[in-house]
Amino acid sequence: MDITNLTVHELQEKLANHELTSEEITKAYVDRIKEKEADVRAFVTTLCDEALEKSKEIDDKRKKGEMKSSLAGIPIGIKDNICTKGIRTTCSSKMLADFISPYNATVTEKLLLEDLIDLGKLNMDEFAMGASTEYSYFKKTSNPWNLKCVPGGSSGGSAAAVAAELVPWALGSDTGGSIRQPASFCGVVGLKPTYGLVSRYGLVAFASSLDQIGPITKDVTDAAILLNIIAGHDEKDTTSSDIPKKDYTKALKNDVKGLKIGIPKEYFGEGINEEVKQKLEEAIETYKKLGAEVEEFSLDIANYALATYYIIACAEASSNLGRFDGIRYGYRTENFTNLKELYRNSRSEGFGAEVKRRIILGTYVLSSGYYDAYYKKAQQVRTLVKKEFDKAFEKYDVLLTPTSPTVAFEMGTRAENPLEMYLADICTVSVNIAGLPGISIPCGVNSENMPIGMQLIGNKFEEEKILNAAYTFEQEFRFREKYKPGFEK
Amino acid sequence: MADVSKEELLHIAKLANLNIKDEELDNYLNNLRDILNFANVVNNVNTEGLEETIGENDRCNVFRKDEVKVFEDNKALLQNAKEQERNMFKIPKVIQ
Repeated sequence: MDITNLTVHELQEKLANHELTSEEITKAYVDRIKEKEADVRAFVTTLCDEALEKSKEIDDKRKKGEMKSSLAGIPIGIKDNICTKGIRTTCSSKMLADFISPYNATVTEKLLLEDLIDLGKLNMDEFAMGASTEYSYFKKTSNPWNLKCVPGGSSGGSAAAVAAELVPWALGSDTGGSIRQPASFCGVVGLKPTYGLVSRYGLVAFASSLDQIGPITKDVTDAAILLNIIAGHDEKDTTSSDIPKKDYTKALKNDVKGLKIGIPKEYFGEGINEEVKQKLEEAIETYKKLGAEVEEFSLDIANYALATYYIIACAEASSNLGRFDGIRYGYRTENFTNLKELYRNSRSEGFGAEVKRRIILGTYVLSSGYYDAYYKKAQQVRTLVKKEFDKAFEKYDVLLTPTSPTVAFEMGTRAENPLEMYLADICTVSVNIAGLPGISIPCGVNSENMPIGMQLIGNKFEEEKILNAAYTFEQEFRFREKYKPGFEK
Repeated sequence: MADVSKEELLHIAKLANLNIKDEELDNYLNNLRDILNFANVVNNVNTEGLEETIGENDRCNVFRKDEVKVFEDNKALLQNAKEQERNMFKIPKVIQ
């Protein structure tokens, strides 16, 4: 049995039938990490020994009937901006290179309540700022479909680890596309939940009004299972929504008859790669064949949504990252004679170039004289973006777009040009601006066997609709059976 | 065209508690100008009469009881500090 090829729901079944033990599953992943991590470089921290030990404990408890969760003993990977008590949480930054969180994020607590096993902390762009994971202070992660290419970002470690079967599933975070775009680049499923559905307590803040934690998985069923675990109100996050708990797996009906799908035509225009467009058009045909009602419409927000996003995200980041001063935790310079110098030198030496760029941009748009022209204006445009989506959801259940205008690009081709890197987010940012849920699922590969992602966007708290639409396509298209990452050859 | 001067950039960097080295200055300046030029498209949008969206949901003033909860693991809190003394964070002298 090829254990690491199984989905989590398959592992769950095999644990229940006593076909596999947690130790066997964990061992298979540990072996796989030992064999393949050198190629992929997805982890900042691996916890192989700890994971194996924990798996034995869980097997013992399961034998005695002491395990209540049917997922107990299944490993998981966690993006390295989500706090894990006693384990390094670095945000892939020199600033937090040896930071050990004194507490767990709420989502980490929820994983532990299910007795999931933490296999390690996954690489990312520093402070989640980037679209290629090249801005990590520690290492550049490779795309398992072509090791010369980026895995996307900022949750590039999470997506690459799932695609390379180094973890069965993972948590990522998404501020402007950081779950969906790497999922698209790596041929896996990535779900960004509605703002407020998942607690942000213990997620190192980048842009607080946009950030959400979500699943990166092999298939849609696994995404629904992981969302079941992490969703829910948390009094430690005042922006967390108090909505009733749902079982998202019940939404997976394999039926889209009568589902109204809107296709915003602006997302298929200039700048979208021809092969990407072609696969998306084929996916649209598949939905029509399955009985969905598909209609093109105009949602002319893509260009100014991206500008709005970078203004708001950087403004919030400049404020959020003000806390890193070298005193209580984080990098401290050795070169200072007074307190002011300690702050400035610690920050200047501890942050990478992209983080500094964004702090400077954020400080600029918030500074007196520019506040009205940029920040205030962007917040008004944000209202407009929300209104445009509201209008769209009066007519449609789900919107369908490419996740990214291109497939994964080669390492080193965009890292020096920030603006070009920002364009990688053009299809995803408006979802964060409006606080909506969005999912990326693979819908084919290009002529070079690089995966292409399709994004389905839902109205607020209507995760069920996009999950069902994604699941129905997945069951018909069967991407995982047809295509495999090329890195093992 | 966003025309940011070197002096303005240095002022902003100072506000943000960041140093910019002389050899980095041109690069940061060009990047900032490029991005601001791009971001300027928001000023082409008609936003007359539109409210500002500040947060992503309509919840505001989320209250809870003001209860003291003691976090007992002082060691875990202090373990990340580069300098500490008698259970306190140590900083350089502020008053000369």
